[in-house]
Amino acid sequence: MSSAIDTSATGTSATDNSATDNSATDNSAIIEADGLTREFRVRDGRHRRLLTAVDGLTVRIGPGEAVGYIGANGAGKSTTIKMLTGILVPTAGRVLTCGLRPVQDRRRLARQVGVVFGQRSQLWWDLPVRESFRILAAIHALTRAEESDRTAELVEHLELGGFLSVPVRQLSLGQRMRAEVAAALLHSPRLVILDEPTIGLDVLSKQRLREFLISERRLHGTTLLLTTHDMGDVERLCDRILVIDHGRLAYDGDLPGLSRTVGAERVLVVDLADPLPDLTLPPAPGLDGVRHLSSEGGGLRQRLAFDAEHTTAAKVLAAVSEKAEVLDLTVEEPDIEDVVRRIYAAGR
Amino acid sequence: MASTRTSGSRLRPYRAVLASRARSQRAYRTNFALDLGSSLLVGVVELAEVWVLFTNVTALGGMRFNQILLVFGLADLAFSLADLSFGHLDNLPDFLRAGTLDAFYLRPQPILLQLITSDISLRRLARAGVGAAALGVGLATSGVPWDVRTLVLLPLGLVSGYATFAGLFVWAAGLQFFLLDGSEMTNAFVYGGRYAATQPASVWSRPLKLVFGFFFPMAFTAYLPAVTMLGLPGPDWLPAWLGWCAPAAAVWSWLMGLLCWRWGLRHYQGGGG
Repeated sequence: MSSAIDTSATGTSATDNSATDNSATDNSAIIEADGLTREFRVRDGRHRRLLTAVDGLTVRIGPGEAVGYIGANGAGKSTTIKMLTGILVPTAGRVLTCGLRPVQDRRRLARQVGVVFGQRSQLWWDLPVRESFRILAAIHALTRAEESDRTAELVEHLELGGFLSVPVRQLSLGQRMRAEVAAALLHSPRLVILDEPTIGLDVLSKQRLREFLISERRLHGTTLLLTTHDMGDVERLCDRILVIDHGRLAYDGDLPGLSRTVGAERVLVVDLADPLPDLTLPPAPGLDGVRHLSSEGGGLRQRLAFDAEHTTAAKVLAAVSEKAEVLDLTVEEPDIEDVVRRIYAAGR
Repeated sequence: MASTRTSGSRLRPYRAVLASRARSQRAYRTNFALDLGSSLLVGVVELAEVWVLFTNVTALGGMRFNQILLVFGLADLAFSLADLSFGHLDNLPDFLRAGTLDAFYLRPQPILLQLITSDISLRRLARAGVGAAALGVGLATSGVPWDVRTLVLLPLGLVSGYATFAGLFVWAAGLQFFLLDGSEMTNAFVYGGRYAATQPASVWSRPLKLVFGFFFPMAFTAYLPAVTMLGLPGPDWLPAWLGWCAPAAAVWSWLMGLLCWRWGLRHYQGGGG
């Protein structure tokens, strides 16, 4: 059965071979979806019509992979996650998560999967964080030793020590998200699914969370599947990217491949001490392939587009600094919506 | 030993949640006292309603005031305890709207059991107290013979009544999956059922006897056990020996409740059947 799925998998992933496969004895897929489809009946004015949220998704994710699952709002990401975890029954197709059937084996699966919903809390809002952890440890039947070891590890890595006795409702968003992540990972799941984990977080909180996820994966070989609108998440965390568009898998591969496919550029915005003409002229080393998009204030602010595959923001900045005094700068990430739109356009 | 440990650890998650709920409710003493007070007031007002009625009549449906107290006490005690442990199933629409029901799917326990043990309303203890007091007075003054029949029927009726009301809460929760804003409608049956249960079923019209006598077996929670205990003849369609069938009513109520719940859950997950 599994071989049939293997041959039907899209197989365009560049990371299938390089995935951190730390379980030589256990090569079975963590997620195996075959023609996974979900339709919803929606009311559209007076008529009822069928909306296909996920359309024939076939994908295989191996142990230890870190996969970014991206797509526009309403592309089918959440529906997929709900089918992977047994919350929704697929209309058609098959899926195995951790080798289990999500709906029928939901309770066994729950012991192996941890899910973080960025927008919805799974903690008890009126209880201190510590107490939420205690309850979750009881729910997942951890022994006292497992509970205290794991809690200590998570408290240290996610820096929760300062607010363990604070009720969840009084936490800042960044603190709450870290507590949510700890709660979802308390039972050391093999698969961690994160739905918009960094939404609304400040730069520092984002960075902390990403670092934690990287170390968690390195230490425990945890498989990560995350949906996000944040290109930074994808770049830092994921070695494989799935793009879903209108319920269909539009891309399966790594990030450089994605950038190649869509030619996504990043934009460096610099504020200069003195107005200058187009910084990319005359050509200078370090500014190869950098395009001048626009100038404001007679050249006080300039927007420069560059291909993240060929150069870095730091190199472009260094080259610009040779020419002018830079007062301030921002880097604009390629917008995921834009990436997806381009992929969709390319596929037509 | 091993078996007790496994059953103990199986209950551990539920105990942990319930204990924390109970603690958080008692954490603010003034608040909790006010909650208890308001709950007590509701119970007393409902009891007063019966009393006011009996200042105008001497008997209702073949029962004197003291006998009605017995019915009221049985029904109200059973309902308050069911409300205490199952009443929060009413909150399911909030969970559905906020999407927080999904969190229950991510934990290795049955959804309904998690939902039932997700909260406990200790303030309803006050109302259960009113019910218990009414029951005590009713038992002492209504002329119930203290024989084996009463000693068996009293706990049997209470436990069955509790279970019957609990099943009703589950039934109402199952329907919320379809209705979303339908707690008004289901409350009409749940709280209407409670009200019906505190009355002598002998005054009901025939359609009412069908609905609250059998479909929602409210007559079995208090009136019929009381009639059997008192040795009174039952009205049309509800003979006194039915008092012994209170457990069957509880089973029926749960059967209906679980069926409805299962149906609702299927609907939520997207029609598995």
